[in-house]
Amino acid sequence: MNISVNLLVGFAMGLNLIALGSNRLPSLIRAMSVQGVLLGIIPLLMEKELDWRVALVALATAIGKGVVIPGLLRRAMRAASIEREVDPFIGFVPSLLLGAAGTVAAVALAQGLPLLPEHAGSLLVPGALASVLTGFILLVGRSKAISQVCGYLILENGIYLFGLLLIKTTPLLVEAGVLLDVTVGVFVIGIIVDHIQRAFDSLDTRKLTALRE
Amino acid sequence: MREILLILVPFVGVGAAALWRSDRTRPWLLPAVSLIHVVLSFWLLVSPPTVDPGAWLGFDPLARAVLPAVSLLFFVCAVYAVPYLALRPERPNRVFVCALLAVLGLLSAGHQARQLAVLWIATEAVTLAAVPLLHFNGTPRAFEATWKYLLVGGTGIALSLLGSLCLGYASLRGGGVGDLTFVALTAQGAGLSRPWVLIAWVLLLVGYGTKMGLAPMHTWKPDAYGEAPGIVGAILAGAVTSVAFTAILRVRAVVGAAGQGHVADQTLLVIGLFSMVTAAVFLLSTRDFKRMLAYSSVEHMGILSIGAALGGAGIWAALFHVWNNSLTKGALFLSAANIRRAAGSASMDEVRGMAVLTPRSAAIFVAGMFAVTATPPFGPFFSELRVVRVGLASGHGVAIALFLVCLLFAFFGLTRVVFGVVDGRPRQATRLAHQRFVESAGVIVPPLLLLGFSLWLGLFTPAVLQEAWSAAAAQLAPTP
Repeated sequence: MNISVNLLVGFAMGLNLIALGSNRLPSLIRAMSVQGVLLGIIPLLMEKELDWRVALVALATAIGKGVVIPGLLRRAMRAASIEREVDPFIGFVPSLLLGAAGTVAAVALAQGLPLLPEHAGSLLVPGALASVLTGFILLVGRSKAISQVCGYLILENGIYLFGLLLIKTTPLLVEAGVLLDVTVGVFVIGIIVDHIQRAFDSLDTRKLTALRE
Repeated sequence: MREILLILVPFVGVGAAALWRSDRTRPWLLPAVSLIHVVLSFWLLVSPPTVDPGAWLGFDPLARAVLPAVSLLFFVCAVYAVPYLALRPERPNRVFVCALLAVLGLLSAGHQARQLAVLWIATEAVTLAAVPLLHFNGTPRAFEATWKYLLVGGTGIALSLLGSLCLGYASLRGGGVGDLTFVALTAQGAGLSRPWVLIAWVLLLVGYGTKMGLAPMHTWKPDAYGEAPGIVGAILAGAVTSVAFTAILRVRAVVGAAGQGHVADQTLLVIGLFSMVTAAVFLLSTRDFKRMLAYSSVEHMGILSIGAALGGAGIWAALFHVWNNSLTKGALFLSAANIRRAAGSASMDEVRGMAVLTPRSAAIFVAGMFAVTATPPFGPFFSELRVVRVGLASGHGVAIALFLVCLLFAFFGLTRVVFGVVDGRPRQATRLAHQRFVESAGVIVPPLLLLGFSLWLGLFTPAVLQEAWSAAAAQLAPTP
């Protein structure tokens, strides 16, 4: 596995921490969209000769995660006129510490997993685990719907990173992951449509509590 | 060819529904398409086709053992949908009808999926297609339920993709060449890399378990079932859950072939019992009769999971229970929908005396409650009895004792709510709301039919079905 791929995965892991530490939604969205574009570049660097299916996945990923979804999220943010994540369930410093500890644990755990010789020394597995964990922290620890969607996207990015290990042998399974982006699209369009229909004022998921025992 | 028609016909229906102009006549497409579907699936049940072992989609023994139940439930719900949508002329139904038919097509594909990626794509697509169904009522509460469904269900589905990738890597690490059909994975058996298989099992169980509604991943269920129209609840509880259950069964067979069957069985047993305990606790406290149905569904998913943990004979019992759960739960959801519509509320604080206002629906509701709590001679009694017998025979005495205690508490919880709603004198507000609702044949016959099927399954379990379940159990657990 070549060095440039590891470098990009390392960048993506750094962006995880930025996402965990930022309290302004625009910077969270920016961290996530930069990560999306990086993820789109990685498969292009992995092989010497480029397969068209791989190129297609790369293109769909970069456009979907880097342009379309961030654009939709910004629209949702404007529709709801909120800029900040205030009063999250898990504070910014604790989530940053959790994320950092998780990244270390991911690297350690990846050492213990049996990998194929050509994947040994690659950062793909630790990067995937760290992103999945970051995604979970954001999903559970943030109260604003838009932050939770960003968390879901980062979780999804982790799955995509892991999928890159399999892109040559089972491309269909990896391509299927694009459907997760569609899910996110539905999420965000849901927010926008709902906001247009009703003044769902602060888009705070804490207010989604009419349904409980 | 017939098995591919099961998928194609609903999608042709989607196209027709999208182009159809009249909101008033469009719902008739639902029974029309699902009638073709139900005829096809029962024809396939009686004369199963030969399945090419390497095929990605096929009407194999497992699909044969489950899909006809889904098809039958869907057909009855589609018949109910016509008078239901006629009662809702204020809401355009194009998206609703299209989404419902797409769910049918995708469920057919999901049950027949014999390849890891195809299975995941079908399940993911079902999740997305169900979104407009949940949001049909357009209320803030429906939005909240849809949001939770997407967030929890979406996370579950993402984890099952990660699990599928791990299973793919297990195969690759064990010298596989990237063939992800279940046949190939099972054939690889002990060659699969052990740590990756175990990681994959946990992720896939959590992922598809979320779709199925096993506790503690069930949190979306009460909200979604509580806020969605009754037919949507019936289809989610009786059909979408069964595609997730077949997914778990298929993966379980691969894990078993890799020599880790005992780990898989233990996790299934624990998660099944935990679901039953959770359901029993919440059934004792819920005050909303539609949310009650959701917890009852969690309980029955627990029963399926326990059955699946008990080897070949247990899988047989679980497949029997899939049929019973689909049909009985369908009857309950549809009769509950009538009561909800007549009363204008689903909370037992506001609704009582429905035996006076909607006598027929109330009677079906009570009978369905007895059926679902395993009162003989309804089907669920016999399938649950079989789970108990298999469990005792295989030395799971403690688990079975807990199972029976949970059933008892669930019975208390269900009777508490059901009789609270049915008994007593109706409130004045309920009387006023009720004036707009007529118990026409269109809304009474479908739940009655489902209840009849449940009774019929209990009294005369057809030989062809028993044979189909045996074949599926043999496919999944070669040495029972």
